[in-house]
Amino acid sequence: MTEFLQQMVNGITWGSVYALIALGYTMVYGILRLINFAHGDVYMLGAFFAYYVARFTNAASSPNPFKAVMVLLSSMAGCGIVGFLIERFAYKPVRKSSRLAALITAIGVSLLLENGGLLLFGADPKFFPQIIPARNISLGAGVTISNQQLIVILVSLLLMYLLRVIVMHTRTGKAMRAVSYSHTAASLMGISVDRIITFTFVLGSMLAAAAGVLVALQNPKIEPYMGIMPGLKAFVAAVLGGIGDIPGAVLGGLVMGIAEVLVVGYVSPTWRDAIAFILLIVILLVRPSGILGKHSAEKV
Amino acid sequence: MQFGGLKAVSELELTVPSGELFGLIGPNGAGKTTVFNLITGVYAPTAGRVLLDDQPIQGLKPHVIAHRGITRTFQNIRLFSTRSCRDNVCIAGHQHARAGLLDALVRTRRFEQDERSLMRQADEMLAVMELEARADVRAADLPYGQQRRLEIARALAGRPRLLLLDEPAAGLNPQESDGLMHLIEDIRHRFAVTILLIEHDMRVVMGICRRIAVLDYGVKIAEGTPEQIRTDPRVIEAYLGEEVHADLGGGH
Amino acid sequence: MRQLIWLAGSIAALAAIGVALPRAVNPYVLQVIIMCGINVILAVSLNLINGFTGQFSIGHAGFMAVGAYASTVFTLQIGVKWVAALEALGAPGWLAQGAALLMALLVGGGLAAVAGYLVGLPSLRLRGDYLAIVTLGFGEIIRVMILNIDAIGGARGIAGIPVWTNVFWVGAGVLAVVLVSHHLAHSTHGRALFAIRDDEVAAEALGVDTTRYKVMAFVIGAFFAGVAGGLFSHYLTAVNPNSFTFLKSIEVVAMVVLGGMGSISGSVMAAILLTLAPEVLRPVKDYRMVFYSIMLIVLMITRPQGLMGSRELSLPAFLRRRRSATGPA
Repeated sequence: MTEFLQQMVNGITWGSVYALIALGYTMVYGILRLINFAHGDVYMLGAFFAYYVARFTNAASSPNPFKAVMVLLSSMAGCGIVGFLIERFAYKPVRKSSRLAALITAIGVSLLLENGGLLLFGADPKFFPQIIPARNISLGAGVTISNQQLIVILVSLLLMYLLRVIVMHTRTGKAMRAVSYSHTAASLMGISVDRIITFTFVLGSMLAAAAGVLVALQNPKIEPYMGIMPGLKAFVAAVLGGIGDIPGAVLGGLVMGIAEVLVVGYVSPTWRDAIAFILLIVILLVRPSGILGKHSAEKV
Repeated sequence: MQFGGLKAVSELELTVPSGELFGLIGPNGAGKTTVFNLITGVYAPTAGRVLLDDQPIQGLKPHVIAHRGITRTFQNIRLFSTRSCRDNVCIAGHQHARAGLLDALVRTRRFEQDERSLMRQADEMLAVMELEARADVRAADLPYGQQRRLEIARALAGRPRLLLLDEPAAGLNPQESDGLMHLIEDIRHRFAVTILLIEHDMRVVMGICRRIAVLDYGVKIAEGTPEQIRTDPRVIEAYLGEEVHADLGGGH
Repeated sequence: MRQLIWLAGSIAALAAIGVALPRAVNPYVLQVIIMCGINVILAVSLNLINGFTGQFSIGHAGFMAVGAYASTVFTLQIGVKWVAALEALGAPGWLAQGAALLMALLVGGGLAAVAGYLVGLPSLRLRGDYLAIVTLGFGEIIRVMILNIDAIGGARGIAGIPVWTNVFWVGAGVLAVVLVSHHLAHSTHGRALFAIRDDEVAAEALGVDTTRYKVMAFVIGAFFAGVAGGLFSHYLTAVNPNSFTFLKSIEVVAMVVLGGMGSISGSVMAAILLTLAPEVLRPVKDYRMVFYSIMLIVLMITRPQGLMGSRELSLPAFLRRRRSATGPA
């Protein structure tokens, strides 16, 4: 029982990370019907930006929460810019083209970020400095949670809450929802669709960056290809919850994280990556709109 | 036919006698295209049956229903845009092709004969619809009126017993719709096919349909000859307007 | 009858090239040519699924893997024994090996076709992006499964495969896939595939069994991917799961897209171009992938229909256009 609860703690921690990344996928898909393949690589960039900022400011030498937050925020800002650039120079020109063209462009951007990262950062893995020293907290019944895991969960919750506030209670958020229903109608209402799309990308990228930093806290080894698997899994999570649906992304992320941890713990570690794809195929065959998604049929 | 909480078509009893030119009219959103979709198998009715010659066909897949002899055109033109006119019409002949995949791959004599006969029939059909000069033109490059006619040619090439035409006159000017009217009458005689027609252009409907049914909010509110429909108060009310009354009442 | 003459002539020509080429060029060039051929088979087979039928399939490497492994296992378990027996009976080496390779390729292709069937069938209900992701998922699942089955080498893979692939067999594979694609395209079945691509709803309404045809496209495409896989493994002498990653699938997709989806000649040209490109870019090896990704992006932005669009390379058409360019429009 203890082990199960411990696994749940780990599962929820990873689930929060997947949720953060999944949110970016789902928002972009809701607005553009585009699977942003490069999103996982933005997560990777988040970890790397934070790494360099932390090294540059020597955040690990005398760790304090203020410096850690600065590292996080600067990484989020940097990736926000990256998201803006990707949207502006790669995705915007293909918005009018076929879906396959957009998909291939996204794959191209992903490859560019990965291999560009390889060139820029070098292939050898870097070790993220301990900007928050690790400590274990006991939750009772033999279950422990590290303060880093706690931070991951809390920061994720905070960011998700902020996102919800933005989407539900601001004019921009309302505009985002309008654009996700119909570009034409939204622009007829006076909404600058281009600006909303850019905003969505920036927002999603910032969340992915945060996820990258949070993961680097726990698993300090970072390398340019680290975004591929989590990206794919977070995408599955978004589909699981209902792609285009924001609470769905959170739900999907949690399910994904817990499922993965349980499979690794109770079945076999080598099936770790496969569980994501198996979940994906099952959900697409059984209920393609996802757990919380709405089914929209094609008008004949 | 129910979608979620919305009854798109309810308690519809419609019988189209063989050989007839039957019109289906009603305001926008009345459920006319839904009826077509129910007949052709795009939707399976949530309740009720669809019978072809007393045989139930509800729940069958669209291509099976096409094999049984029902073909259609679409409200928003659905041509195979990258293919030539001839190819578009040839597709409809596909279900009658006898050469299998292996024949095609190895190019047996049976395959060559099949292809020749398919092409010939396609060209004949194009000629009927006065499109023979455009046989090699890409469907997407045709002017709108010809695209509509191509869709009809294609549906006809499937050798249907029941032809469903969904707003074939939409977007046509009066001359073109006149031509279309004659064409449709001609088709009915030439190919001995039953036609069910959805139209908004009252001139066309009143001009060629023998019987008309009127839908409003998914329910049939009237059925009868053009004369009866023209003067039916419920129909006039459904269309809401003196303009429509003038349209229906005035001679054209 | 005329057909058989063409076929016999082509085989004879291939045999002649197969003998002459290795003597005419150095081994490196030969290797590039063989890889070109294998990639052409992959691209043209994927074109059947993506280009003809309009299905987003981005897991083609999975089918290649199935073919590679199946043919390898067949060869190592059965094929080599046959060859030994045949040679003992006096058959010349090339004949015995050729026959064994052919069997292995058919086994590999056949099993890959089964995989294509299994992937195609459930994917049918999905469109566009969703279908793409599922095919990607299947490709990855196949790779992970291979990784986890120790009986076929797991992560280490299998080594010691006899080198039976040569220019003749690669050429035969190219000929087969191009011929099948071409005959299919100019037949009522091909028209059905194109109809599904252009408008699935209309195709179904006109009597095309869309399910059957979509699965058929997957099965045929997967078969030839399997054949390519078999040729691949019998050339490199070893297989391991790393050769069949998502990246490989993307490379094949890039070839089909660059060539123009639906164009057989486009796929052929693009496959050759994209096989040669890394060789040409070898001096800047580190930047190769960056170039590649930028190329993909730029291509999609500037010319998403690829080199040929959906048209084929055709001499008569080209001459016709030259003539009409000088005459009245």
